[in-house]
Amino acid sequence: MVSPHGRRACLRRHPRANGGPVKTRTEPAGPSGTGRRLLGLLYPHRRPISVALLVGIVGIVLNAFGPLLLGRATDLIFDALVDGSDIDFGAVGRLLLLLLALYGAASLFMLAQGRLVAAVVQRVVFGLRQKAQAKLGRLPLRYFDRNPAGEVLSRTTNDVDNLQQTLQQTLAELITAVFSLLTMLVLMLVISPSLALIMLAGVPVSGLLAAWISKRAQPRFTDQWEANGAMNAQVEEVYTGHSLIKGFSRREQAEERFDAHNDALFRAGAKAQFASGTIEPAMMFIANIGYVAVAVVGAWKVVSGELTLGDVQAFILYSRQFSQPIVQVAAVAGRLQSGIASAARVFTLLDAEEQSPDPQDPARVRATAGRVEFEGVSFRYSPETPLIEQLSLTVEPGSTVAIVGPTGAGKTTLGNLLLRFYEVDEGRILLDGTDIATMTRDDLRTRFGLVLQDTWLFGGSIAENIAYGRAGATREEIVAAASATCADRFIRTLPDGYDTVLDDESAGVSAGEKQLITVARAFLAKPAVLVLDEATSSVDTRTEVLIQRAMNTLRAGRTSFVIAHRLSTIRDADVIVVMESGRIVERGTHDELIREQGAYARLYDARTQGPGRSAGIDGQPKPLAGARPTGPALGPHPL
Amino acid sequence: MLLRLLRTHVRPYRRAAALLILLQLVQILGTLLLPTLGAALIDNGVVARDNGYIARLGAFMVAVAFVQVLAALGAVSLASRTAMAMGRDIRSVVFRRVLDFSAREVGRFGTPSLLTRTVNDVQQVQTLAQSGFGIVVAAPLMCLGSIALALQQDVPLALVLVLLVVVVAVAFGLLLARMGALYARMQTGLDRLGRMLREQITGVRVVRSFVRDGYERERFSRTSTDLFDVSQRVGRLIASMLPVVLLLMNGFTVAILWAGAHRIDGGAMRIGALSAFLMYLSLILMSVVMVAFVFLSVPRARVSAARIQEIVGTPSSVVRAPRPVPAVPDAVGHVELRGAQFRYPGAEKPVLQGIGLTAGPGESVAILGSTGSGKTTLLNLVLRLFDATEGSVRVNGVDVRELDPEDLGRAVGFVPQRPYLFSGTVASNLRFGDPAATDDELWRVLRVAQADTFVANMPERLDTEIAQGGTNVSGGQRQRLAIARTLLRRPAVYLFDDCFSALDHATDAALRTALASETAGATVITVAQRIAQVQYADRIVILDAGRVVGTGTHDELLRDNATYRDIALSQLTEEETVHGLAARP
Repeated sequence: MVSPHGRRACLRRHPRANGGPVKTRTEPAGPSGTGRRLLGLLYPHRRPISVALLVGIVGIVLNAFGPLLLGRATDLIFDALVDGSDIDFGAVGRLLLLLLALYGAASLFMLAQGRLVAAVVQRVVFGLRQKAQAKLGRLPLRYFDRNPAGEVLSRTTNDVDNLQQTLQQTLAELITAVFSLLTMLVLMLVISPSLALIMLAGVPVSGLLAAWISKRAQPRFTDQWEANGAMNAQVEEVYTGHSLIKGFSRREQAEERFDAHNDALFRAGAKAQFASGTIEPAMMFIANIGYVAVAVVGAWKVVSGELTLGDVQAFILYSRQFSQPIVQVAAVAGRLQSGIASAARVFTLLDAEEQSPDPQDPARVRATAGRVEFEGVSFRYSPETPLIEQLSLTVEPGSTVAIVGPTGAGKTTLGNLLLRFYEVDEGRILLDGTDIATMTRDDLRTRFGLVLQDTWLFGGSIAENIAYGRAGATREEIVAAASATCADRFIRTLPDGYDTVLDDESAGVSAGEKQLITVARAFLAKPAVLVLDEATSSVDTRTEVLIQRAMNTLRAGRTSFVIAHRLSTIRDADVIVVMESGRIVERGTHDELIREQGAYARLYDARTQGPGRSAGIDGQPKPLAGARPTGPALGPHPL
Repeated sequence: MLLRLLRTHVRPYRRAAALLILLQLVQILGTLLLPTLGAALIDNGVVARDNGYIARLGAFMVAVAFVQVLAALGAVSLASRTAMAMGRDIRSVVFRRVLDFSAREVGRFGTPSLLTRTVNDVQQVQTLAQSGFGIVVAAPLMCLGSIALALQQDVPLALVLVLLVVVVAVAFGLLLARMGALYARMQTGLDRLGRMLREQITGVRVVRSFVRDGYERERFSRTSTDLFDVSQRVGRLIASMLPVVLLLMNGFTVAILWAGAHRIDGGAMRIGALSAFLMYLSLILMSVVMVAFVFLSVPRARVSAARIQEIVGTPSSVVRAPRPVPAVPDAVGHVELRGAQFRYPGAEKPVLQGIGLTAGPGESVAILGSTGSGKTTLLNLVLRLFDATEGSVRVNGVDVRELDPEDLGRAVGFVPQRPYLFSGTVASNLRFGDPAATDDELWRVLRVAQADTFVANMPERLDTEIAQGGTNVSGGQRQRLAIARTLLRRPAVYLFDDCFSALDHATDAALRTALASETAGATVITVAQRIAQVQYADRIVILDAGRVVGTGTHDELLRDNATYRDIALSQLTEEETVHGLAARP
């Protein structure tokens, strides 16, 4: 029995699987550091922001004077009523016109503020998006290997969106809310300090009450999130194991468990919603009591002549408006927390270590013949597991190299190193005699064509996807490339031909056809050197023949590295390289290797001549001493 | 869609909803009564200089405030309960429908999407229901109540309020209509941007190999700029909301004061009504603004409702027979496919075509083929995760469509390609196969599955925790636990879907030996990609592009079948071939 540890080592498919997030991250130093950087983002927009603040404050102050003037107008009416005289409509009219002007101006100012803030926030977020996207282009491939795509994506989308909302709210609301509170407070104090005190008495009461309710609501929200998480987990599990649930007739149990979770969520949710929902009625209640107090005390004061009716009315209007900004400030403060957390995540992405810069004075290779040399190349994804060791190989222009070997032998890595997705740790790779490390990456890559197993196409038309191979390709060139690589025919059977848009649900285009498009794309690039991963999975035989033919066309006259999966390619290759554990264990043409009677020959014999005749060869090196017992169950064919 | 969904699911809570409306009514009456009483305070107290009246009325107003807050709290409680209950009910309907689905529908939607729809989309609708019960019910009542009370105070001035309601409704209607369209565009823009970034992240090698970073940047810039434009416009509209509301409110305040002064001057109205009107005004506007905010969340909820409806409205393609044929007790397993075809709706080519295959008790049949040749689909037909689109699939002579799914589940046990373990313990996972199994039985099947050693070495043995999906055990351990789970069921037919792939050779060999005796009397159908895994089967069926292209034993096929030989050759580079060869004595 192999030890569990050893078994796991066999299972490890990706050398980096155990690498984990080793990436040295420079996390922004805490929330204050993030806050400072956030302010840094706003700094270039300091002028519109200052104007917005100024304008907003003026608007708020103007608006706050409204109730005061309304009170004056009421007084004019009330006095006339008490005196029994006629109302002075001229005076009332003038006052009201002034009021209208005031209000109009206030609204205009606020409008200006809102628009300025919106513009700034959108610009900041736009800039941030661009920065994040550009950053994606400069990150080394290791970063993408170590961070799941969803995670990186979330930082560039969800977090940026969240930040946008936070900025919008804080810039627009927080500051104006504070100012409107202050202005109203001053005006109330001016009108009547004693009534103002009654009003102010309500503030700590509502503050305490709100805090008390939130404190009590908090654990219920935790309960709700927990219930939600538990239900989410169960639903995910059931959906993922859908066929098992059905095959094992466990539907009833699944439903029972779901109902329990669902009901728990209902109860926790109802409690949490109620707890948080009480804040508003509670605030309203305090405001109402405040209103009654102001009305009663104010009335007494009017009776005693201390205040005018207009003053009391202004007060009542203020009391209505007073509680709103308090709630706003509380809401924005909570929002800010989540916004800062998002900002920190975005900054971490922006701070991630980038790939080494291109050389200052890059070497220039003119026309590429396509001679590739590996000189003692070593490479490892993680320090402890060597992947490629002291590999040397020379490939003459125009020849095809078939790379053969077990999974994890380093076949794909060769391609990665050629295109400088990763940098070699030792040794060097030469293209027509020039060390590729001295070239710019872009220059190097324009000379290479890559066809991967995973058929990556973007959401655009087929023509656009083929044109991806070379900037500025004409429609004729696109069609020519497609024709040369057997893609033209199927493309023309599609409803929109070359303009058929490929999207997530492009059901009309099969996996194999997508692969044909990627071959056409590489063909259009007219590279000097090709790196092909031949594996064509989930492809019907007809398409497979087409792909095979297309790849042959593509290879003609080019230096080609083929990660080979087909005997025909292997047999036709100029050199077959048998790789194992990062080393080349054999190389030569098909015939040479067969003559050599090495590992390749054994494999080939075993496969072509059936198991019975292959049993005679022995005494070969054991690349991985896999303990393979030949027990009775194994029968006569120990393949 | 959204309305229908809400209407359907509010039905069971009609009473609660009625009570809710009643409480809202009381609450609003209380809110409106306060300014009305305030008006009396001025007219009968201040003007008459009656301090005692002021105190008495003040006390009454406090009482009104109390009633108001109690009613409001009751309404909040009911609204929370009802909305959450509706959410629960909708979730339950969605969940059960997904369980109805066959593998085909699950595949069509995809697990992540199904999960999002069950959890997040329902939550959207639930949140809307919650705010709907609070604000959408309260706002019209508030408007109507304000106007009613205002009419009592002074009819012509009340008409000014009516005018206000109309103007505000029109203004907000226009605003929301524009906003709705813009929001939809903004959402599309965000989605597009997200997709583009996803493409760039997943396709980073292609992008870089073609040196198209610049192109990507430009492509992104274009979409990002579009989004910027739309967001700007949305931002501007939102920014204009508050000033517009204030302008309306203040404009009408001035108008009421001006008109009110004339009414008072003519003796038609008392001065207290003036402050009451100003209060009504702010109450009306406040409730309209709240409604507007609720309406802003409608577009999102509408999308969610449509996504929920898509699930609820999709019938399962596998339906339980109305009168299932009773299972033969102690039936041995006999599987037969006759000219079976499976084709996705609208697909040009079927996944499987003209499949004829029989397997009887004690027989071991292997199905070999490359990825995409339809092997898993074939097993799914036997399990009735899909229904054949032509031909028939029979188990013990009965068409699987005629069988009770329970009976079929008992007769056929399978181990999927990617074995899935549920969160719980080793034991709870195994007992998924047979809830009544004793620990001894568990150990027995673990021994057969070559899993007893590692389970015995686990900290809590059978009670060791298993994480969701079985992520805390290795792939090979997961496969063996899944095999043990199926063995515990002792089905007449075993379907193994390429489930030995993560095992090392030693374990693989030992497992096959043990399995052979364990499943001796049963029908065993094994799916595999590699010849090494199928060569000892009684019969090997070769699938290629959905058709059977050969049947026979390993030796026969090697001799006579070109496809088989091709497959054998194509596996030249496969790991185990090299290793197997090198390790041969």
